[in-house]
Amino acid sequence: MRTTTTIPVVAFGLFAAALPAAAQDTLTVYTYESFTTEWGPGPAIEEAFEAECDCDLEFVSVADGVALLNRVRLEGENTEADIVLGLDTNLINDARETGLFAPHGISLDNIDVPGGFEDEIFVPFDYGYFAFVYDTEAIDTPPESLTELVEAGSELGIAIQDPRTSTPGLGLLLWIKAVFGEDAADAWSELRDNVVAVTPGWSESYGLFTRGEVPMVLSYTTSPAYHRIDEDTDRYRAAAFSEGHYLQIEVAGRTVKGQDNALAGEFLTFMTGPGFQDVIPETNWMFPAGRTSEPLNPAFDDLVEPAETLLFSPEEVAENRNAWVDEWLSIMSQ
Amino acid sequence: MTAFRAQRGRLAAGGAALAGIGLLLGGAFLGLAWEAAASWEGALAAFDGYLLRVTRFTLWQAGLSTILSVGPAILVARALARHPRFWGREFILQLFAVPLALPAIVAALGVLALYGRSGYFAPLFAATSGDMWPGIYGLSGILIAHVFFNLPLATRLCLASLETIPADQWRLSAQLGMGAFASFRFIEWPVLRASLPGIAGLVFMLCATSFTIVLTLGGGPGATTLEVAIYQALRFDFDPARAIALTLVQVALTGTIVLALARLGASTMGDASLPVASRRALFPGAGEKVLNTTLILLALLFVAGPMLATVVAGLAADLVRLAGERPVHQATLTSFILASLAAVLCLMVSGALIMTRRALELARGARIPGFLERMSDSGAAMVLIVPPIVIGAGWFILLLHFGDVFAFAPAMVVAVNAVMAMPFAVRVIRPAYDAASARHEKLCLALGISGWNRFRLVDWPALRRPAAVGFAFAMALSLGDLGVIALFGSDDVRTLPYLLLQRMGSYRTADAAGIALFLAILCLGLMFIAGRLGKSRT
Repeated sequence: MRTTTTIPVVAFGLFAAALPAAAQDTLTVYTYESFTTEWGPGPAIEEAFEAECDCDLEFVSVADGVALLNRVRLEGENTEADIVLGLDTNLINDARETGLFAPHGISLDNIDVPGGFEDEIFVPFDYGYFAFVYDTEAIDTPPESLTELVEAGSELGIAIQDPRTSTPGLGLLLWIKAVFGEDAADAWSELRDNVVAVTPGWSESYGLFTRGEVPMVLSYTTSPAYHRIDEDTDRYRAAAFSEGHYLQIEVAGRTVKGQDNALAGEFLTFMTGPGFQDVIPETNWMFPAGRTSEPLNPAFDDLVEPAETLLFSPEEVAENRNAWVDEWLSIMSQ
Repeated sequence: MTAFRAQRGRLAAGGAALAGIGLLLGGAFLGLAWEAAASWEGALAAFDGYLLRVTRFTLWQAGLSTILSVGPAILVARALARHPRFWGREFILQLFAVPLALPAIVAALGVLALYGRSGYFAPLFAATSGDMWPGIYGLSGILIAHVFFNLPLATRLCLASLETIPADQWRLSAQLGMGAFASFRFIEWPVLRASLPGIAGLVFMLCATSFTIVLTLGGGPGATTLEVAIYQALRFDFDPARAIALTLVQVALTGTIVLALARLGASTMGDASLPVASRRALFPGAGEKVLNTTLILLALLFVAGPMLATVVAGLAADLVRLAGERPVHQATLTSFILASLAAVLCLMVSGALIMTRRALELARGARIPGFLERMSDSGAAMVLIVPPIVIGAGWFILLLHFGDVFAFAPAMVVAVNAVMAMPFAVRVIRPAYDAASARHEKLCLALGISGWNRFRLVDWPALRRPAAVGFAFAMALSLGDLGVIALFGSDDVRTLPYLLLQRMGSYRTADAAGIALFLAILCLGLMFIAGRLGKSRT
C-alpha cells in the first residue's frame, strides 16, 4: 500500500507549490483570459515589468471582465489580487462599492481617452469601440445599422457574450439600450433569432467566429487590425453602424490588499507608460490609453470611425445594471 | 458480550461514514438556508419568469431526450434480440457500454467535432444540399448528446429485459408462425412494457440533471437547465439568492423523479448485465432482416460517430506540444491526486456502510430492520437526489462566509466525488462482503478475531478484488467529472476536465480535442480494468 502514503505527501507538495513563494516580491494581477494567453499582451508585459522591478509578476485569469469583478467579490478581503486589471467604466461604480479597492495615488496626466477620465481609484489602460465583425466570405452586404442587424432575421447568425460575465456582453446590452431606449426589450426579442451562441467570454465567441461557426461576432472596431497585421488579410471587417458605437474604456485598480505592496503602485505607473502601452495595440487589439513610443501601425487608421460615441455614465449603469441584465435574461431564456 | 464488542467497531465505522455524508449534505443545506434567511426577499423574488422558463426547458429537453433515446432503443434492442447471431453483435454491445464510461465533456466535444458548423459533417452536408449546415448549438446539440449517451444505455437495458423471455416462448411463436408484428405484440411487448417505465424514468433523470452537456452545447440562456442556471447564478452573476431558488426547484424535481423511480422499482444506476444470448428458434423474414440490419447499423453509426470524431480530432492535435505543457502536467497530476483521494474516501465510506449494515442485520436476527440499518442500506442511494452541483452550490455559499471559496476546491471535489461514486462502489463490494461474512462470522466469533485483525486477515482477502473494481470505477467517475470543479475551479486548482473547458473557451479547439482524447483513454482504461477485475473472479 505504498500509494496511499505517497498520495497525501504529493498532494501536500502540490498545494504548497501553489502558494506564492515570497509574498513581498510578487505582484498578483487578476485579469481576463484573453489578456494572459500567449498571443495576448500578458507575456510581453510580464517580461517588461519584471525587467524593471526585479520581481515576479503573476497573472490569474478568469473568463472575462464582469466575471473578474465577481471573482474579486467572492474572494472578498482574502483575495490574492494586488491589482485587478480589465474592468471597464460600466463596472467601476459596483467595483468601488465593494470597498475592496484603494485609491491609485498616481498622476493620470499620461492618460488620454475619448471624453476624458478622472477617478481616484481606477486607471484606464486602453479603450475601444464595440462593433460587429463579419466574415466577408460569408456575408456580402453587412447591416449598416444596429436596427438593420436587429431586423435581419435568423439568416444572419451572430455570436455574442453574456452580460453577466463579459464586458463586451454588457457593452452590447448598453449599446442597445442607448439606441433603442424604451424599446430595447423588443429589439432583443427580435435579435434573439440571430443569436447562435451566447458565450461567457469574448475569446470563446471570437473562436466560434474564426472557426467559421458564426459569420458575425460582437467584438471591437479594432479587431480587423489583427487580421490585417498578423494574418495579412482583409477578410474580416467591422460593420459601421449609423447610430454610432458604444465606447469601452478598460481600467485597472489597486486592491486594499495591494495597498501594502509597493509593487502595485509601481505597476500602475508602469501601466500608463510606453512599456505597457506599446504592447497593447497589437496584442490586446485596442487603442492605447497612454502614449506609445512609436505611432500606431497604419492599419489602425483604416478602421471604422464611429459616427457617434455612445456611453452611459458609470452611475447610470450601476443604478440599472441588475434590472437590465434580468430583463435580458428573461428575454433570452424564452 | 464478545459478540457485541465485535460489532462495535463496525457500528462506529458506519456511524462515522453516515455522519460524514450527513455533514456534506447538511453543510450544503445549511449554506442555502443561511443565505435564504439573510436574503429571503431576494430568493423569493427569484421565483420569476426566468426560473419558470429554465424549469420548463429542463423538463422539455429531458422529455424529448427520453423519447428520442428510448423509442429507437426499443427497436434496436428488438433487432438485436431477434438476431442473436448478428455479425459483430458482441462488439456492438461492448461499444454501447462505452458512452457510460465516457466523461460528458469528452462526448460533448466529440459531438461538436462531428456535427458542429466546422465539424466533419458540415462539408458533406454543404456538398449534398448546397446549404450551410446550421450547426448544433442549443436544443439540437443537447438532444444529440443526450441520445448519444442514453440510446445505447436504453438499448442495453431493453435488451436485458428481452433476454429474460424464456426460450420456450420464442419456440412457440415460431411454431405458431407468428410474424414480426405478432411476435412483438404477444411475446416482446409484455416484457418490455414492464421494464419501460423504469428505463424511461432513469433516462429522464439523467437528462434532467445533465450539467456538462448543457453547459458546453447549450449555447446561451435560451437553452439552460436548472443545474447550469445554478452554476451561472453563482459564477456569473454572484447572485446567491437566485441560486437558492433554483436549487430548491432542482431538489424538488430530482426528489420527485427518484421517488417515482423507486415506486416503479427501477434501478437508479443504469447498467445492464447481459447474459450470453441463448439459442433461439427465430426465423425472421427477409424484409425484417433488412430492416433490423439497417436499424442496428444506423444506431452503430450514431454511437460510433462522435467516438471516432473524438479520436480523429484528438490525433490531429499537436499532441507532442500538449504532452510537454506545464498546465497539462499540472492538471493531470491534480486530477490523479484528487481522483485517487476521492476513490480512497469512497471505498472507506462504502466499506463502513456495508459492514455496519451487515453487523446490524446479524444483530437483529429476524426482526424488522432499524433506522440505522436502513440508512446504511438505501441511504447510499439517497445521495443521488442531491446533484453534485447542488451540494457544490450550498457549500460555495456557506464558504463565502469563511473567506476565499476557491481555496476549498480540492476538499470539495474529493468529498463530493467520493459520495457520488459511493452507490456504485457499495453495489460492487456489498455482495462480496456479505458472502464472506456469512461464511466467516461464526468462525471469527469462535476464534475471538475482531476489529483490525479480522479486517486484515479475514475480510480483506475476499474484498480485495471488488474493492479494486470499486476504486477504479470511482476514480474514473471522478477523473471525468465536471461538476463541482466547474464551480470551485480556478487557475490554482485545475483538473483535466476543467482545463479542457478552459481550452474550449479560449478557442483552442485542437488542444481541447487532444486533452479530450487523453482523458477518454484514461477513463476508459480504468473502466476496462474495473470490468476485467469484476469478471475474472477466482
